[in-house]
Amino acid sequence: MSFVEELRLPDLVRPFIRKIASYEGPPIHIMEVCGTHTVAIFRHGLKGLLPPAVKLLSGPGCPVCVTPNEVIDRAIALAAVPGHILVTFGDMMKVPGSYSSLAQAKAEGADVRVVYSPLESIQLARENRSKIVIFFGVGFETTAPTTAACLVEARSASLRNYFFLSAHKLVPPAIGALLTSGDVHVDGLICPGHVSAIIGSKPYEFIARDHGIGCVVTGFEPVDILQALSLLVEMRTSGRPSVVIGYRRAVRPEGNVKAQELMRTVFSVGSSVWRGIGEIPGTGLSLSDEYEGFCATRHLDVKLRPVREAAGCSCGEILRGVKSPPECRLFGTACTPEYPVGPCMVSTEGTCAAWYRYSPSTGAGSGGSSERGA
Amino acid sequence: MSVSHSRVLLAHGSGGKLASELLSTIFLPPFANPILKTMDDSAVCPFMDEVSTSGGKEPLEIRVAFTTDSYVVKPLFFPGGDIGRLAVCGTVNDLSMVGANPRYLSAAFIVEEGLPTSCLRRVVGSMKKAAREAGVSIVTGDTKVVERGSVDGLFINTAGIGLVPPGRKVSGALVQEGDSVILSGPVANHGISVLLERERMGFVGTVQSDVAPLNHLVSRMFETCPNLRALRDPTRGGVATSLVEISRQSGVTIRIFEEKIPIDPDVAGACEILGYDPLYVANEGKLLAFVPRAEAPLVVEAMRSIEQGRGAVVIGEVTGGPDARVLMTTRIGGTRVVDMLSGGQFPRIC
Amino acid sequence: MCLAVPAKVVSLEGEKALVELGGIVHQADTRLVPEVKVGDYVLLHAGFAIESLDEGEALETLRLLEELVKAEVA
Repeated sequence: MSFVEELRLPDLVRPFIRKIASYEGPPIHIMEVCGTHTVAIFRHGLKGLLPPAVKLLSGPGCPVCVTPNEVIDRAIALAAVPGHILVTFGDMMKVPGSYSSLAQAKAEGADVRVVYSPLESIQLARENRSKIVIFFGVGFETTAPTTAACLVEARSASLRNYFFLSAHKLVPPAIGALLTSGDVHVDGLICPGHVSAIIGSKPYEFIARDHGIGCVVTGFEPVDILQALSLLVEMRTSGRPSVVIGYRRAVRPEGNVKAQELMRTVFSVGSSVWRGIGEIPGTGLSLSDEYEGFCATRHLDVKLRPVREAAGCSCGEILRGVKSPPECRLFGTACTPEYPVGPCMVSTEGTCAAWYRYSPSTGAGSGGSSERGA
Repeated sequence: MSVSHSRVLLAHGSGGKLASELLSTIFLPPFANPILKTMDDSAVCPFMDEVSTSGGKEPLEIRVAFTTDSYVVKPLFFPGGDIGRLAVCGTVNDLSMVGANPRYLSAAFIVEEGLPTSCLRRVVGSMKKAAREAGVSIVTGDTKVVERGSVDGLFINTAGIGLVPPGRKVSGALVQEGDSVILSGPVANHGISVLLERERMGFVGTVQSDVAPLNHLVSRMFETCPNLRALRDPTRGGVATSLVEISRQSGVTIRIFEEKIPIDPDVAGACEILGYDPLYVANEGKLLAFVPRAEAPLVVEAMRSIEQGRGAVVIGEVTGGPDARVLMTTRIGGTRVVDMLSGGQFPRIC
Repeated sequence: MCLAVPAKVVSLEGEKALVELGGIVHQADTRLVPEVKVGDYVLLHAGFAIESLDEGEALETLRLLEELVKAEVA
């Protein structure tokens, strides 16, 4: 069992496509929380296989998209200091802040390094003792344990030249804030598979219990997503919402306890600002007292220009599922992947980027209208 | 805010949209001429001559294909090849893509002070070998040495010329509805090979680059199918970018089938781990061919008889449709748009 | 947000594993999954094994899916 090949056989999706296609009730709005799901849905052309009554909305699950300009500006400012090495995941390179991006800063001479693993930042700190290495920690609960592990290593190696800029966020309370806001009408949630591999399924129980909305913790193969959609349609029809783990091969109800413990040691939870949504309590990870010495914001002084937001950018509404990309007046004209105004367009899993690239009706090269969905 | 491109970014060299923008805003307008505008892999330059026949003198048009490319690959040596092999094959292939028979190359070297001469010898030896494989001669060249730090070890520029046989017309602008799209073999080997060699990123083991001369393959293809419409080697920007370029040149919709696209399992694995889309990764020993549908099976069979075409397969077709775009039927029967590469790809966690 | 791929553990030394996917081998730090053994499958994310995959569940999932397909055809 390779866990991949067998599940990619095209035949496996047919029963679900047929089941969903047979739905004839009132419109159902299903939100996929996770950006990776947004991209998977588009890459496999799933929307076109669904009946019109089943509508998909994208949620705020793109950690790149929800990082506010202020944090990006700080990362750029830190990178620009001579003697600093700013280390980042590739995802953040092209994202525009108030005035620039990390890619632009690199072009202007800042020492910015892209890594696949945060472990490489530890290596860089060891090899460049005369420089200050700052790791830009973006990502949700999937990634936070990996940066936490690096900080533990930095501490035990007494690395004096290693610092951390945290942009980590937590997902479940953000979903709660979104549902409570009443801004968006959601009948079912496709919950992030890999975040849940870490946190388990329990954190979503309040959604079914308090909001009456079904949740399926979903993997990323087309068959996983279609199975989840089928289950959510059924839950809605039967009026019995619950939390179900669809991605059983990777997610246990209790999640990865070791990873959770590591996060609790290295990070403390507070509120954080989500671009377009605002401050949400209980969603930000900053360094705990024990690890506070690594905090770049605290210990590395940089001057920031006034933070500003791009005029006309609808990323906030798109992240909340209130608007779809074609409904943003900048979409495809002033805002494209080459000249992104907001992060939803430039992030590899940003809703606007996915829509722009992949959607047959409004995607690149089409003369399509600005209708929702493909 | 809109990030202004007041400076040249690395993304401008990645062969995607930003690269073509650089071209269209900075280079093409001042140099404007009809040959340049065709934007195929090589320029086809007509020379008029006269030939004596029994009826007197008749005009004769000789078409010289002419191309140039600079090679700045890092690292200089990678599994399956090196900068020298790349420099010869890249130019040979660009000539082949317009239907020319490559004959003569130039090679100009910009060497960083301090480069070991053994390294230079090794590169030159590799170029000799590649030239012999392709049946071309390197007939002129130049060498410059620059101060330490000015270039990364070694940069090479090659230019090449060859004749396009009379009557042969091959161009990305000639593709028609009903044509079949053929890919000569598995994708993404070169880009992944070089990336893994340059930045380990935790990978163990190597992937072989596919860098190879394609002129013998192309000759065989023309023997079988003189009506070949278009050829393109999907280098920087990958198969996707080449297909989009052609769809725009000819103003057609191209539909490809995800399940038909060949990829080696280790290359697929590396792409999955890094989050790279193999359709956008560079190839240096592959070609895309557009042929009339009826002739596709024969062409594929002919290709498979040549080393470089062993993995040849039909991956799609040119359909009707008012828009010049590329659509892909996904493995599960959905449809998605295939766009050009925007800037470079980066390894990602999301 | 969650690019993680299944890979098979082919060697293990302390907390450093080598994992394999499609024949390509990659380093994976296993401190988040200390119970993992050679032959297990893990989810590889950012150079770490973030969770081990349950083969039993995967086979069960596949079995159920295949049954649904058979029922369709019938």
